[in-house]
Amino acid sequence: MENVISYRLQIIAIVTALCFMFFIFRLIARGKLREEYSFIWITCTALLLLFSFWRNGLEIIAHLLGIYYAPSLIFLGAIFAIVIFLVHLSVVNSRQHQQIKDLAQEMAILKKKLEDENQK
Amino acid sequence: MKTNLKVLLVIPCFNEEAVVLSLFKEIRKTVFPSGIVVDALFINDCSTDGTRKVLLENKIPFIDLPVNLGIGGAVQTGYKYAWRHGYDVAVQMDGDGQHPPAELHKLLELIASGEADVAIGSRYLTGEGFQSSSLRRTGIGYFKWLNRQLVGVTVCDSTSGYRALNRQALQLVASYYPDEYPEPEAIVLYAMNGLKVREAPVVMRERQGGTSSIRAHKTVYYMFKVSLGIIFLYIRLKFNGKRYLL
Repeated sequence: MENVISYRLQIIAIVTALCFMFFIFRLIARGKLREEYSFIWITCTALLLLFSFWRNGLEIIAHLLGIYYAPSLIFLGAIFAIVIFLVHLSVVNSRQHQQIKDLAQEMAILKKKLEDENQK
Repeated sequence: MKTNLKVLLVIPCFNEEAVVLSLFKEIRKTVFPSGIVVDALFINDCSTDGTRKVLLENKIPFIDLPVNLGIGGAVQTGYKYAWRHGYDVAVQMDGDGQHPPAELHKLLELIASGEADVAIGSRYLTGEGFQSSSLRRTGIGYFKWLNRQLVGVTVCDSTSGYRALNRQALQLVASYYPDEYPEPEAIVLYAMNGLKVREAPVVMRERQGGTSSIRAHKTVYYMFKVSLGIIFLYIRLKFNGKRYLL
């Protein structure tokens, strides 16, 4: 009985990971997600898939790292990845801030030039 | 003194409908030494009041920013304009009437004589005119100390927005200028790029309208943000060897 539940769970995990991967690929294909940002998501889904097939993987890695309660490794890894990704987003945000500022200034100066020429 | 000097007055304004017209008229009336041609350029930073209307109706030259950029972005727009249009000097002047145009020649003299690349109008050198609150002065004292520690330049009135830049300085700020509360940070930028920063005593007035960009409840944020900005700019310029001067 234990095995049945476990297999059911594994199938659900694999299907979920595949769906997620399909979703990401579709976003990239439609041009809604830039490749540079999709990299982290592809890695995430690859990891999900890996651990849905390799059922003892988590236990083995946790054991290697000296973590007694294997699921806490998931939280550690997930939180770490989230923090890194948030920092990355802040960097992207800062760059866009700069670009928007430059564009707005350029536009304002051009508008001024245009108006000056129209008045002549 | 250099005989011919083309000067652009850059006046950032955000919701200053009550002041812009009188300020513009005052600039027009001011008599400058011969050979000095002064153009005024208002930068309307997406004002939500009638500033734009007043500027338009009175045919005051202005640049209209499509989005609100804050004081740093607005001033930089003016600097970029001055740099591209070949002005010898650009002067930043607040749009609220704190900075009397009649005092402008004091800044221009420092630039024209080559004594300074950046001339800052300071209200504390002689202690005349409007002196601002004691809390504000404490903060300014702190920036004075911080700037002296880092770059060895003593600027008594580091938040003063009344400053003149020559072409060398203009080239620098056209490529980089701090965004938010830029004044104290810009001093580090100038000094680290080898520009001569000098102060001239200027008599200031109390603002005639609008509100300061440094609000009381934001003081803590202001001090923190500017300190961080100054220190990181210093580190970036010092240790990365990164120069914004091209």
